[in-house]
Amino acid sequence: MGTVAVEGLRKSFGKVQALDGVTLDVPDGSFFVVLGPSGAGKTTTLRAIAGLEKLDAGSVHLDGKDATGDPPAARDLAMVFQSYALYPRLTAYENIASPLRARRCSSSEIAAAVERMSNLLHIERLLQRRPAQMSGGEMQRVALARALVRSPRAFLMDEPLTNLDLKLRVEMRTELTRIHRSLGGTFIYVTNDQVEALSMADQVAVIKEGKVQQVGTPTEVYERPANQWVAGFVGSPPISLLACRAEGDRLIGDGWTLPRPRWTTAEDGRPLMLGLRSEDLSVEQRGDASLAGELYGLEPLGDRTVVDVRVGTEIIKVKARPTVTGTPGERLHVTVDLDRAHLFDAGTGLALSEAGR
Amino acid sequence: MAVSVDEAVATGPARDRTPSARRLGGRGRSVLEVVLLTVLAVVMLFPVLWMIETSIKENRDVYAIPAKFFNFTVTMDHFKDVFVAPGGGRSALSAAFLNSVLVAGVSTALATVLGVPAAWAYSRFSVKAKKDQLFFILSTRFMPPVVVVIPIFLMYRQVGLIDSKLGLILIYAAFNVPFTIWMMKGFVDEVPSEYEDAAMLDGYTRLQAFWRFTLPLLLPGIAATAVFALIFSWNEFVFAIFLTSSDGVRTAPPAIAGLIGGTTVDWGLVAAASLVFALPVLIFAYLVRKHLVAGVTLGAVRR
Repeated sequence: MGTVAVEGLRKSFGKVQALDGVTLDVPDGSFFVVLGPSGAGKTTTLRAIAGLEKLDAGSVHLDGKDATGDPPAARDLAMVFQSYALYPRLTAYENIASPLRARRCSSSEIAAAVERMSNLLHIERLLQRRPAQMSGGEMQRVALARALVRSPRAFLMDEPLTNLDLKLRVEMRTELTRIHRSLGGTFIYVTNDQVEALSMADQVAVIKEGKVQQVGTPTEVYERPANQWVAGFVGSPPISLLACRAEGDRLIGDGWTLPRPRWTTAEDGRPLMLGLRSEDLSVEQRGDASLAGELYGLEPLGDRTVVDVRVGTEIIKVKARPTVTGTPGERLHVTVDLDRAHLFDAGTGLALSEAGR
Repeated sequence: MAVSVDEAVATGPARDRTPSARRLGGRGRSVLEVVLLTVLAVVMLFPVLWMIETSIKENRDVYAIPAKFFNFTVTMDHFKDVFVAPGGGRSALSAAFLNSVLVAGVSTALATVLGVPAAWAYSRFSVKAKKDQLFFILSTRFMPPVVVVIPIFLMYRQVGLIDSKLGLILIYAAFNVPFTIWMMKGFVDEVPSEYEDAAMLDGYTRLQAFWRFTLPLLLPGIAATAVFALIFSWNEFVFAIFLTSSDGVRTAPPAIAGLIGGTTVDWGLVAAASLVFALPVLIFAYLVRKHLVAGVTLGAVRR
């Protein structure tokens, strides 16, 4: 169906550099998620691919052909907007039919295609309504139908689930994955929600301040973050970061020491950041590698409880069973699974070589 | 403006009113308020009433001392005189009204056709020195028309536009285009550009996207703007009296003004002509009154 490749995209709005050399390679048929905080340049990247944004530099290749200067209509893409952008004066039926009307399809073709879409997305009863008569979730489905009604090179989705309530969002996540499987096609999906990214993507590109930080499968991005920032952005609760340095076979931090992980090659004395995910920490069993601290707070989340522990001057987050109890100020030990810990250069933020893992 | 105070309040952003304000403006309107509003209404409406009375009085009743308020003979002769010449056939005034319709209509259409796309472009595209350009466009409205009427008179004489309807149409359009651009830019800003983005991805060109999806949403704004432009062109007096002289070209305002002067003034005719002149504007303003208020208060409402 379609590959999308962008190279060296640059775009500034006044003094703000929205895109600072974005290069992405989206394979045919993949569910490709662009993940980043708001203002990272995700939407601008998508609009650049769609041809809605004039670039300062860089190129867009669709199916291997240079499409950099092409108008949106010539690119054969479909897009779902964050605001849905349904035409307010048209019914759902006419909204969905619009891409086909623009291509001068016959009305029997249109009727068939709209029916197929309304079955796929369960919106048969909405077809004669206008956007003002629909709920957010319903508008979202219609907007999706308008994008999916054709078979374009790629589907572009700009935070399509952001404006839905949580329950609906979880539902639509599954739905979108199902649609991607049944229709095939290349999906480029922009979101600031890392749960969406990790649960839906074949490939994730993490982007910050107009620069791509890391591209990989969700597992790669979560398990082997390329730098400290990616480690902190992906994962919930966020990874705990502790300043330290290596001395011989020890890692020495502010008021704590741990055995040095076998795999690290950092020279002694270099300032490092130790990254610990909450699920790789435990307050319930004692091991060799442990940090002494005091209980700072408890966050019961139903299926688990996040325990905040103060180690030296830092707070680290530890995942524990929901039954865990304690009083703030209580002394305790946090066991660390050092094989799963992350080390970053404190200066550059880059992950240290993990070749030995 | 033909929008009454009550209407303006009713269609305004009533939601923003605080509960206490609503209580004040509610049923318990104070006596003082009623008295003040009555005085204001009388002061504002008396000339209009007097004009209406004069237009249907016999000439001897018009000049009667003491003035007759009620017990006069009603006549429609003055209205007949507005349209029919004393010897039969079309009167000069009716020709002037037709000229007004033509000049105001065409200049408004011209200003709308030029101004709406310009407003769209200023709203949607990044234009170099956009703010400066918009300020320059607005600045053409800073001066009262009478300041530029002499240079324009001289220029028009050079190019042969003196005493022509085309000349008036052009000068009114020139005054209305900046107004249209500014007013329409506000309306275009209110329409999300995503509709056009979506349409372009659907496969339409940018112009098709504007024409098919944005323009229909702008129609109320265009109507309001056009009525403002129409009222300006319809009422305009200074350029009309300086730039035109012959009966075949003159618009209604100078034609009506021309009735005053000479040895005797037919006040009944003046009043009747003025009424006929005021009517179209009143009707238009009434038809689009909601949009007029929306246009005037645009941007005043927090989004």
